[in-house]
Amino acid sequence: MTDADKSTDNTTLLASLGRLAPQLKPIFAPLIWGLLSALAASVVALLIPQVYRVLVNSALQPGNGTKGLWTGAAVVLGLGILEAGLIALRRQFVIVPATTVETRMRTSFYRHLQSLAVEFHDRWGSGQLLSRAMSDLNFMRRWMAFGAIMLVVTALTVVIGVALMLSMSWELGLIFVAAAVPIVVFGYRFRRSYGLVSRRSQDQAGDLATAVEESVHGIRVLKAFGRGREALDSFAGQAQELQATEIHKAKSLAVFSLVVTLLPELALGAGLVVGILLVSQARLDVGALVAFFATAAVVAGPVESMGPLMAMTLAAKTAVDRHFEVMDAPNTITDPAEPVRLGPVRGDLEFRGVHFHYPDTPAGTPELLNGIDLVLRAGETMALVGVTGSGKSTLLNLVPRLFDATAGAVLLDGTDIRRLALADLRRHVSVAFEDTTLFSNSVRGNVLLGAAEHPGLSPDEILEQALEVAQAGFAYALPNGVDTLIGEEGLSLSGGQRQRIALARAIAARPAVLVLDDPLSALDVNTEERVSDGLRAALVGTTTLIVAHRPSTVAMADRVALLQDGHITAVGTHSELLAGNDHYRYVLASLSEEPKDLDSDLDTDTENELADELGAAPRGTGPLDVVHRGATA
Amino acid sequence: MSARSRRAPAPASNINAAPPQGTAGEDRVELSRQDSKAVRRRSVQLLGMLLRPVRLRFAITVALVVLSQAAKVAGPLLIAFGIDTALPALKDQGANPVPLIVTGGGYVVAALLASWLTAAYLTATARLSQAMLLDLRIQVFRHTQRLSMEFHESYTSGRIISRQTSDLEALRELLDSGISSLASGLIFMALTAVSIFSLDWITGLLVMASAVPMFFLSRWYQKRSQSAYRSSRVVSARLIVHFIETMTGIRAVKAFRREADNAATYDELAEDYRRVTVRSINLNGIFQPGLVLIGNVAVAVVLLVGGFRVLGGALEVGALLALLLATKRFFQPVGQMAMFYNSFQSAQAALEKVSGLLEEVPTVQPPRNPVPLPVAHGDIRFTGAEFGYGNGPVVLPRMDLHIPAGQTVAVVGATGAGKSTLAKLLARFYDVTAGSLKLDGVELRELSTADLRRAVVMVTQEAFLFSGTVAENIALGNPAASRSAIESAAREVGADTFIRALPDGYDTDVNKRGGRVSAGQRQLISFARAFLANPAVLILDEATSSLDIPSERLVQGGLHRLLGASGATGVAGTSGGDGRGQGGPGRTALIIAHRLSTVAIADRVLVVHDGRIVEDGTPAELISGGGRFADLHGAWQDSLV
Repeated sequence: MTDADKSTDNTTLLASLGRLAPQLKPIFAPLIWGLLSALAASVVALLIPQVYRVLVNSALQPGNGTKGLWTGAAVVLGLGILEAGLIALRRQFVIVPATTVETRMRTSFYRHLQSLAVEFHDRWGSGQLLSRAMSDLNFMRRWMAFGAIMLVVTALTVVIGVALMLSMSWELGLIFVAAAVPIVVFGYRFRRSYGLVSRRSQDQAGDLATAVEESVHGIRVLKAFGRGREALDSFAGQAQELQATEIHKAKSLAVFSLVVTLLPELALGAGLVVGILLVSQARLDVGALVAFFATAAVVAGPVESMGPLMAMTLAAKTAVDRHFEVMDAPNTITDPAEPVRLGPVRGDLEFRGVHFHYPDTPAGTPELLNGIDLVLRAGETMALVGVTGSGKSTLLNLVPRLFDATAGAVLLDGTDIRRLALADLRRHVSVAFEDTTLFSNSVRGNVLLGAAEHPGLSPDEILEQALEVAQAGFAYALPNGVDTLIGEEGLSLSGGQRQRIALARAIAARPAVLVLDDPLSALDVNTEERVSDGLRAALVGTTTLIVAHRPSTVAMADRVALLQDGHITAVGTHSELLAGNDHYRYVLASLSEEPKDLDSDLDTDTENELADELGAAPRGTGPLDVVHRGATA
Repeated sequence: MSARSRRAPAPASNINAAPPQGTAGEDRVELSRQDSKAVRRRSVQLLGMLLRPVRLRFAITVALVVLSQAAKVAGPLLIAFGIDTALPALKDQGANPVPLIVTGGGYVVAALLASWLTAAYLTATARLSQAMLLDLRIQVFRHTQRLSMEFHESYTSGRIISRQTSDLEALRELLDSGISSLASGLIFMALTAVSIFSLDWITGLLVMASAVPMFFLSRWYQKRSQSAYRSSRVVSARLIVHFIETMTGIRAVKAFRREADNAATYDELAEDYRRVTVRSINLNGIFQPGLVLIGNVAVAVVLLVGGFRVLGGALEVGALLALLLATKRFFQPVGQMAMFYNSFQSAQAALEKVSGLLEEVPTVQPPRNPVPLPVAHGDIRFTGAEFGYGNGPVVLPRMDLHIPAGQTVAVVGATGAGKSTLAKLLARFYDVTAGSLKLDGVELRELSTADLRRAVVMVTQEAFLFSGTVAENIALGNPAASRSAIESAAREVGADTFIRALPDGYDTDVNKRGGRVSAGQRQLISFARAFLANPAVLILDEATSSLDIPSERLVQGGLHRLLGASGATGVAGTSGGDGRGQGGPGRTALIIAHRLSTVAIADRVLVVHDGRIVEDGTPAELISGGGRFADLHGAWQDSLV
């Protein structure tokens, strides 16, 4: 699944949980109050039997008045109410602060994720992130509000109980304490093994969420190929792995619980025999023996609950580790320490010696972008042409800093874009990608998303203009017009419709630099032509870098840059390149100059037919249609 | 977010009468009494259905819990025996050590038994709960895969993810902790009640009387927590939907500087979630201490009543003491029971949603008695076919169309004219609402899913890649394919070169949504899938939109070969002959494209406008006819170099 680097955590329990300390600091007081309430509730519960003792010894002698009884019952009632009140109070103290911490951690987790670079998100599945944002933090809150407090209360109860037992009979007490030694040793091993499984199970649960997410996002493909069965099998396989891990985890806990309950009980068994022998030798009185075992009975409950509480604590550690693993991921694309503020942006865009390779590219492979030098004059429209996979989209991604160049620089008006504040840069630069993401919002909301202030225009007019240029007038005919909810939670639009809305969004932003990644790919020819015309008019004064696969898109550009083997190998007008550059002709026209695919000689027929057809085409009337290279010789 | 009115159109007319069906209105928190009953029943039924296959295991688990409780009781009894019997036996002249040995030995045995049984029931509980969870996970997954596109297009992926993650988590909590605490608590209380009654029936009645306030408290809690947990499910789903949307659209989020607005929305949702969580916890925070309080009051009452009887001489002091201790013990597991009831409420609210999803009926269903079609030829016939989404207006009016086996048909028309609808009907993403659609003379809806998908494959514009390697992604077309078949499919579409250039070639992990390969390369990979699937009918829905011209040409060449070298004579050709003569009919293809280059390999062109086929003929005929296609074709040629 996701190869998110799940570093096997070597951090110790305390170090991990210690990372929570800054989060807990503001709620430290209520947590202590909660702890005290829990302790007080236990003490009150222990007090009630004392009242019985007093009553039995004094008031409840036949013939006595009822006053003492009334008082006694009232005290018992009062203590009972107090106990219930203290239990309620513990929750009151702890719940709200704990959920506040949880929510704060959740929202900062989300903020951090949003700030992390695209490169991070490429590696991590959303499901895996979701499980960290939801179940891990839920678990952490429950541990804070319940587990941690009960662990302290339980431990204290055991310690006090054992101290009492030692004071009653040191021999018997020592036997009981002796049992603690193997428990500690075993507990250490348990901590390691359980920590590992709990980590594995939480990771697997996250991967399972990713699998669900993919199965839903890829539903069309699965349906189109009828691969529901295979998807189910692979999901079931993953779910079974999780099941096996969970059962392994439960077994590990079961063994620990077995040891934790068995050893003290064995010690008590030994204690019983020894105690009876001691009494028979008159080295101990019966009362002390009875009291010893009565106390042991009180201690038994807490000892038993140590197992689950330890397990909960270890799982909380895992949750903390998983949380901070993401929180510690460095943001590779950040605002500069002292951002430069550009005045009015002209829109000069320059790539200077830009190199780029994806972070996990193995050494030795040539860089995807290997020294790009390209200058776009302010207001100019430049088409970027290259074969599939030549790095055109990657180059575009560098402009709004979705990725950073690994060497060299991108400059806006002569300033390295890394010296600008990200928000400023992305205000100056607007994009429309080929795979269009619309947000769950109205058409209006989507288009006006990053819209700049347009002096003298109301938002409705901006919207209208943008939709007009993008030929997205269909939006007015949607059920609720431009207020129709679209995006994932709304009406589903066709590919071409989505593209036009996304284009309108980029236009409405009125950026200084517009970056378009094959924005017309899903449009039919007529619409494309109208959009191109509109764009040409709207883009006057906007520096535009546009990835083009078709001559029709190139026609919008003032100049064309050819991307080949990681370099810009030619820049010129369409007609210049068409006339003088073989590779350009290969990419954009129907001429073939590069070595063909091995078996492409099989389809020379088609090739020729295509060429014939193109050769027979009537001359276009477009401004760039100067040189028309016809059929193969 | 706003109410999801868009899913409403179906039976919206009589909302009050009809019980809630499926996922419609699942965001409502305040339900009418009978609606609430209906969804609860649905939820409990689902729980029952999950329990049925594992009922034996369930019984064993409960038995283990009961036995472990019993073994625990043995300890104190042995201590009493030791002090009352073994001690005197030692002190006696005979100094008989046997009772002591029996006591010690018995204690050890009891301890071993108790701890072993505890370990056993912990494991058994995990096995039980994991078996049920796995069952439900697979059911939900299978069901969502079965649900038709119509459903998926309106229900969000985030919701499905939320059903599959946080809702199942609630069930898991119930199963993990609930069963044992309920079983042990009930047993413990029952045994203690018996012992109280055997000591003194008046006290017994007093203790039983406490059931009355407990009942009312539970009723109160049930009502309140039901709506609290329901809203908790709704709010958490919203939180998840928003989260997933942000993470999947992270590029756009960054590019349009949505971070601050998104964070504000998320803060709000997270705060809502916090509030409903606090609400449900606080209810439990009244419920649980309330139960403790009732227990403590009962103890005080027992003390008072018993005390009067002691004063009156009707009861021994010792007996009263025993009764008090027993009464206290009786109420001990109440806290646990409250916890069980709490997680039960939470799980029930979650299962209400899950069962709603499971209740959704796929509008496109596999046939009960499928007509086998082992070898498809690809003859397609629409007869009087009509289509409209849901009960909405007719999108595709009555249509008759015959595509003979082996024909390559190009469908052209403006965006939104209904081209994709035609493709979706043929791929059976939707069913025709009237008339018939037959493949090789068999109604499409009478084909088994396996036969249908073997015969008909569709490549869509959005080329989705799953996590895994490139080879695995191509193999989706035919999971049984060998590596060499996969590679040759990639070669056919011209994807081989770039795949080999990837770091690990065919074994390169494509990562999340193909972050690494470009849009065009993704399309090539999904083309290779289709080639590998090698269907009788191939549907291409704008599947070449992101390809550059050289790649498109390679794909065209590959397509040309795949489609059986049928009479693809291009626009200029009028071969008239049926080029399928050699080697039987080729494949039938329905190609939707706005780039008319594809038309070059088509035998026939259909021009669709407003859901109707307005032109039908060979490319040459249509061009010379001077209709819409001729116009489109002219415009396209203008757009070329």
